[in-house]
Amino acid sequence: MTDPIILVWLIAIPFIGGLLSWIGELAGGITYPRWIALGTMVLVLFLSIWLWLSGDYSMSGIAVPGAEPQWALEFQAPWIERFGISVHLGLDGLSMLLIVLTNLLGLMAVACSWKEIGRYVGFFHLNLLWNLGGVVAVFLALDLFLFFFFWEMMLVPMYFLIAIWGHNAPGGKGRIYAATKFFIFTQASGLLMLLAILGIVWVTHQATGAWSFDYEVLLKTEMSDEVQYLLMLGFFVAFMVKLPVVPFHSWLPDAHSQAPTAGSVDLAGILLKTAAYGLMRFGLPLFPEASASFAPVAMWLGCVGIVYGAFMTFSQNDVKRLVAYSSVSHMGFVLIGIYAGTEAALQGAVITMIAHGISAGALFILCGEVYERLHTRDLREMGGLWSRFPYLPPIVMFFCLAALGLPGLGNFVGEFLVLIGTWNVDKSVTIVAATGLIFAAVYSLMMIQRAFHGPAKSDEKLEDLNRREVATVMSLMALLLWLGVYPQPVLDTSAAAMQALHVLYAAAGGGP
Amino acid sequence: MTFTQDQWVALLPILAVAGTAVAVMIAIAIRRNHWWNATLCVAGLNATLFWVLVVFYNYDGPQQITPLLIVDGYALFYYALVLVLTLATATLSHAYLEGHRGHKEEHYVLLSVAALGALVLASSNHFASFFLGLEILSVPLYAMVAYVWKDARSLEAGVKYLILSAAASAFLLFGMALVYSQVGTLAFGEMGARLGQTEGFGNAYLLAGASMILVAVGFKLSLVPFHLWTPDVYEGAPAPVGAFLATVSKVAVFVVLLRWFVQGRGGEMAALTDALAAIAFVSILVGNVLALFQTNIKRLLAYSSIAHLGYLLVALIASGEFAVEAVGVYLITYSVTVLGAFGVVALMSSPRGERDADNLYDYRGLFWRRPLLVAILTPMMLSLAGIPITAGFIGKFYVIAAGIDAGLWWLIAAVVLGSAIGLYYYLRVVVTMFMQDPERLKFDAPMHWAQQVGGVMVLLLTLLMFVLGIYPAPIIELIRLAGLPAA
Repeated sequence: MTDPIILVWLIAIPFIGGLLSWIGELAGGITYPRWIALGTMVLVLFLSIWLWLSGDYSMSGIAVPGAEPQWALEFQAPWIERFGISVHLGLDGLSMLLIVLTNLLGLMAVACSWKEIGRYVGFFHLNLLWNLGGVVAVFLALDLFLFFFFWEMMLVPMYFLIAIWGHNAPGGKGRIYAATKFFIFTQASGLLMLLAILGIVWVTHQATGAWSFDYEVLLKTEMSDEVQYLLMLGFFVAFMVKLPVVPFHSWLPDAHSQAPTAGSVDLAGILLKTAAYGLMRFGLPLFPEASASFAPVAMWLGCVGIVYGAFMTFSQNDVKRLVAYSSVSHMGFVLIGIYAGTEAALQGAVITMIAHGISAGALFILCGEVYERLHTRDLREMGGLWSRFPYLPPIVMFFCLAALGLPGLGNFVGEFLVLIGTWNVDKSVTIVAATGLIFAAVYSLMMIQRAFHGPAKSDEKLEDLNRREVATVMSLMALLLWLGVYPQPVLDTSAAAMQALHVLYAAAGGGP
Repeated sequence: MTFTQDQWVALLPILAVAGTAVAVMIAIAIRRNHWWNATLCVAGLNATLFWVLVVFYNYDGPQQITPLLIVDGYALFYYALVLVLTLATATLSHAYLEGHRGHKEEHYVLLSVAALGALVLASSNHFASFFLGLEILSVPLYAMVAYVWKDARSLEAGVKYLILSAAASAFLLFGMALVYSQVGTLAFGEMGARLGQTEGFGNAYLLAGASMILVAVGFKLSLVPFHLWTPDVYEGAPAPVGAFLATVSKVAVFVVLLRWFVQGRGGEMAALTDALAAIAFVSILVGNVLALFQTNIKRLLAYSSIAHLGYLLVALIASGEFAVEAVGVYLITYSVTVLGAFGVVALMSSPRGERDADNLYDYRGLFWRRPLLVAILTPMMLSLAGIPITAGFIGKFYVIAAGIDAGLWWLIAAVVLGSAIGLYYYLRVVVTMFMQDPERLKFDAPMHWAQQVGGVMVLLLTLLMFVLGIYPAPIIELIRLAGLPAA
């Protein structure tokens, strides 16, 4: 049995590494922070992979009715005893997968900023690593206070990443506007979640006379239907803004188009997933009945997101905005999968999260690399790039094909499972959602056409990807291929949790 | 009247601060020297603080000293808070006044007297001592606000504060007289008891009196619609005095208000709490909305303090199991934060120039010049906005919890909305500091600001702010020890 203190280290190492990076810059110069940050991320990535390989994920942190959640690893230490708040961390298959994803993309984010970030490198890595540490903490927290604490805290470094190192894309409203919008959207919705958290805690307090923010205690709270519905909405709004769900998505394209590459990778690859995780870990298990009765609304919101996101994607000229809107579309599948609540749909949502994290992360890295060479992200300024560098276009095409759901790559598995799982729940939702696959093909191929084919703007050869960049994207390609061809290890890891979620949700009247 | 030894022990803090004021005055008469006069003042306050802590540690029941003052755990706790805040102001003033060309030393006399007033308020359980304390606190403040009197803005602020404050005092006196005419006592405890016996809560004269008291308190706490003086006075006052105004004077008034509400059962007058709820609601919204338009950081902090006092009122109105505890936590987190913010402004400014460094433009690109100063002001702004890991979050958490406990849904909605609006202008300050350098740098903190006492103090405040935000358990326990028993 592994010592559960390792969970604390998973959170603490990025925080310490971030501080060291900053000190490194102050003490030594701008090359130190990069190496320190890289070392930190390699360390936590290995730590998390080792945990994954060595752990037993046949138990579920999501409890079926009448049972206690069971964690592969659990850590608890008192924190604010006045309110029964503790530092309670738990690891199960679902959180394990997302932590590996976080640390993997975190490593990529450090790698892709190697050349891009030239100013205040130490402070940049401090923010990046603190953000990653905060996300990992969100995936581990089992105390609602702790969860909220990190949920809000991780936004601050993200805000700085956009506001200080962002771009002022021409035509956009500027990086500070984007950063502020992002921060206000997410914080304000977070406050609603805080209200809901305090609400459920208060209901528990009324019933038992004791204060507790602990997940396992609050799971047992008895609530009237109206209260449950209200509190569920409080959580849902916060997750809806972060996921994002139309009509609360408008911060996302702005944030992405102005963020530095690492920020975009972080946002699309990781931060959006915290919302889906929140729904799976807290939203559904805490309020199963309310969620079940809310499911049709949520699924249709997902459909709106898929179709609207796809149409908006199609009309973008800025490559990063394009990828950002496609994220809105793909996250619609995740939302539908979660609220369909069948095992296949839930597993599909998990795979979609991971695959989208990798493919969108990779696309943002590639956008950043194109930008470094062309100094524009406008599709109208591109065209004919295929003749100007040999390696980058086919790699972009690979990830576009992944995004449009080509069988054999991870995204296909995820979206296919979601659609299969949803068919028996709601046929019309499935049909509308399935159109998303077609639209995805349209906008992805359109983007390739506009960027890489047609007459070249200039004959000048562009510097192609260097070894660092090739290594980054090749490893992501390999992972996506692995996820598409042999997703079984991933499915096995999350199976127990998703099975339990399905049982819990079905017992509350959700699903078919 | 003879005092027992225990009563002397309990009264000693008030006597000691009064003694400090006299001692500093005499010291100035003997030899005018900024450093040693200031040190004397700080030494006196420190000794008092030490004594308060000793008494608090060995606390065994409240001491009523004459009908006017009570020294209980609650009073001792706020003694300590007021003294700490005053000490911080004193160190800031020292850094700030170094460049002042006029007399620097009298500032410390005024500061000690004002602190004395705050101590009296903290232990007042009688309307007479309420009024006396408030005046002892306010009168030195007029002079402190106008201390840099060669600056027109400072002088204007002082006069404005003087006139409006006098009007508020008149309201307070008239209100007390009306209340007395109905209840026949000025002591909180007895008033509560008599109100309980009769159905006196709805009496029209009583309500009129209580409302007038509320007007005066609303003025001191700068609640809407009695807030109009706040931005001007904050802007005109020297930065350390602004810090004192925003912290000590608010804390002291709030402390006595809470005591009146709990022990004098003022909180049970339904009409009064309804009026307060309305005041809280508009304070939160007006304060936050008006802060959006400020380009002067002191005015911004003034409007933000209006909003924060509105949040505090929510806890006061909630009045349940939580109220005293929530108010305590909020007062501490808020004071530490505001003091830190004003501290940075004070370190940036000096009356040497024609004005304080209070224009947001002065802070442009500060991060690339003075990263440590920014590393202080940024967390302070985030704390005012109530972001987790800062103290402000714990305060806001308490307020919302108290509100939910009492079912004050409208006020909670206002708190949430206000916080969302607030994010915008706090972030604007933060972002300004990270923007590119302006062409010419008008203001700059002295090179070795961190070596100065003021700088060290602000650093300590930042540290304290993070401790409060990350591990608030000890302070919560302390505040629960210093609870306020109902009459």
